[in-house]
Amino acid sequence: MVDFSVILAGFGGQGILSAGKMLAEAALYDDHEVSWFPSYGPEMRGGTANCSVVISDEPIGSPVVNYADVVVCLNQPSAEKFESYLKPGAILIIDSSLFSYEPTRDDIKYIPMPASEIATELGNMAFATISMIGCLATATGCIKRDTFESALYEILPERRHKFIPGNMAAFDKGAEYAQ
Amino acid sequence: MAVVFEPTKGLTSKPFHYCPGCTHGIIHRIIAESMVELGILENTVSVASVGCTYNSYDYFACDAVQAAHGRAPAVATGIKRSLKDKVVFTYQGDGDLASIGTAEIVHAAARGEKITTFFVNNAVYGMTSGQMAPTTLLGQVTTTSPFGRDASYQGYPINVSELISNLTGAVYVERVCLTDYKNIMNAKKAVKKALQIQMAGLGFTMVEFLSTCPTNWGKEPVEAMEWLKEKMIPQYPLGCFKGADIDVNNLAKKEEA
Amino acid sequence: MAQKRVLMKGNEVIAEAAIRAGCRNYFGYPITPQTEVMHYMAKKMVQIGGNFVQAESEVSAINMVYGAAAAGARAMTSSSSPGISLKQEGISYIAGAELPAVVVNIVRAGPGLGGILPAQSDYFQAVKGGGHGDYRNIVIAPASVQELYEMTVEAFNLADKYRMLAMIMGDGTLGQMMEPVAFRDEEPIEKIEKPWAAVGRGGRDFHNTVTSIYIDPDDLEAKNKELSEKYAYIQENEVRYEEIGTDDAEVVLVAYSTCSRICKNVIKQAAEMGIKVGMIRPITLWPFPSKIISEVADKPNVKAFLDVELSQGQMVEDVRLAVLGKKPVHFYGRNGGNLPTQKEILDEIIKIREGGNV
Repeated sequence: MVDFSVILAGFGGQGILSAGKMLAEAALYDDHEVSWFPSYGPEMRGGTANCSVVISDEPIGSPVVNYADVVVCLNQPSAEKFESYLKPGAILIIDSSLFSYEPTRDDIKYIPMPASEIATELGNMAFATISMIGCLATATGCIKRDTFESALYEILPERRHKFIPGNMAAFDKGAEYAQ
Repeated sequence: MAVVFEPTKGLTSKPFHYCPGCTHGIIHRIIAESMVELGILENTVSVASVGCTYNSYDYFACDAVQAAHGRAPAVATGIKRSLKDKVVFTYQGDGDLASIGTAEIVHAAARGEKITTFFVNNAVYGMTSGQMAPTTLLGQVTTTSPFGRDASYQGYPINVSELISNLTGAVYVERVCLTDYKNIMNAKKAVKKALQIQMAGLGFTMVEFLSTCPTNWGKEPVEAMEWLKEKMIPQYPLGCFKGADIDVNNLAKKEEA
Repeated sequence: MAQKRVLMKGNEVIAEAAIRAGCRNYFGYPITPQTEVMHYMAKKMVQIGGNFVQAESEVSAINMVYGAAAAGARAMTSSSSPGISLKQEGISYIAGAELPAVVVNIVRAGPGLGGILPAQSDYFQAVKGGGHGDYRNIVIAPASVQELYEMTVEAFNLADKYRMLAMIMGDGTLGQMMEPVAFRDEEPIEKIEKPWAAVGRGGRDFHNTVTSIYIDPDDLEAKNKELSEKYAYIQENEVRYEEIGTDDAEVVLVAYSTCSRICKNVIKQAAEMGIKVGMIRPITLWPFPSKIISEVADKPNVKAFLDVELSQGQMVEDVRLAVLGKKPVHFYGRNGGNLPTQKEILDEIIKIREGGNV
């Protein structure tokens, strides 16, 4: 059974909310129950952004995630804040091209990955968060690669389909860090 | 036998409840006649407000909606937006329009709502028994300015027509009085013009009537009329503040966007 | 026929549902966390030839709704708690003039400016009056984005049917979250004639008047009695609730909207621990499901109630009135924008059992 909570966090403008939405869309495409909940509190005005995504086979209770299976962070303040939200054994993924971080807990799995470097190499900064989704999807098995790709064709407007191969390249690069 | 005079069909047969010497009756009558003469009685929705004319719908023979205190322009906005081909007017006093409803009137005018506001300014709250209104004159004694309105204590009267005419969305603003036959005919002309401009879809229109309140002024009707001429008109000069150049005989219906 | 599920934000679904329900008049004023309703309307209403007005205030917005409703149109406004306070004047007038209208409250934490995060602390305001006078609003509390859609459509039908205000009461969670929603191909719109509306006399030889003023005390008393009879009928016929596992539950949770979602997971978790927990989820907050709560209180297996809210305890008063002392009614609330966790609720249940109330 799938029952899976993710927090994605970073600065506004890093594509955090859309990455979460894409994850939720892909899970919906896979016919799971899904919820996406953005931070809309005062911190949003301070330039940080986060969202919670819950994917489940059962109706979803709270869309607000307090105990996460995965936390994806694109800045240091988010890593400091959300590390404590992880369940024991859960995964913390950070973009190591943007900052370095030493987790304080030893009961979690820590994956620093150079998401922004991957994106730069692929020529589109928007791919940074996609590579991190590739990593989290592979590390947890919550979304299969092919499902994600098919979902992109479904949810993106036709004029943006030309970006999908790039998205999938980023996804695959990210997946390599899941091991 | 030829009929030389009959009551206007724009009014119901219910007798007015207004005090002797009050000009609400005259204003009602010229609005009602105008609706009939323009052929819009069946097409008009009036909005009554809060004050002595809270039940103006008992007198006007058109459909009507009663609004909360000051909110008539917002209510009229809701009506007109959903009934674009109908004529909608508000009938408001100075407390209603210039005090509690200032935001509503200013923004309805600014949006250029295609409604008409008939604003009755008698420089006092009538129904609640003679309190100071935003339009009360300096020195004027009321139940809440018992020593006369003192500018340093109670501020200054608001000249509503001047204020509203500064808004681009207001296309026709005129101040009239009802002190004699000539002025009444002139007031009726203004009423018709405002309604015709609304029908042409040009924007917000308003007619301000300087009115008497003998009861709360503590004056006999004739004396009140004299006081209006002597005291009110200098503070509130008569005339057309906006749209004097609009020719009602040459109004094409503005195309809806 | 249901269409394929799409991922949409709660606030946007409310707006889409209203449009599907035939609402062509939206009047609003920006306030977090409901503003997306407005954004959606600002775009869609123009595209479909409806009316969208960004009013100068909440007070004006509700009075524009009053005007459009008086003219017989389906009209709505939406806001969040402080804005709903401002609308109370108009809400009372809508009740007095018996106008059908829909108001959405995406509740945030108060009092005062409070915060912008989710809360259920406007329960009293919504079901006990809010404005002046003897009146009621139908208050509906959806618990998911799908329900926001279906119940917003229903709110318009109920408003027209009973000539009264129907309120959709959500909270910041529900408004801001995205969830799948499946739209119907066709909405079950109940077309109700409105011969009372002020639309211009036309061929009538009398004129319609929409008003809430009755200066004669006997007239006003008669009007209030008439309203009471209508409200009594609605209490008899329009109560909506969901009942889960009360046949063998020791503890019965009472929770609505967002809280009820969390409670459903608590029920599952408790079952795994061998604790039988049930729930009554009021869907209509007014009319309140008092009767079913009273019946459940009579069940021998039910030892206690636990009311869970995002407030310091508001609905719990109605639960206690319904239970009438037959069983203990406990309360657990979070406030300020915080949501209770499953664990917190489960701990309360365990505490109630250990306290010998079970």
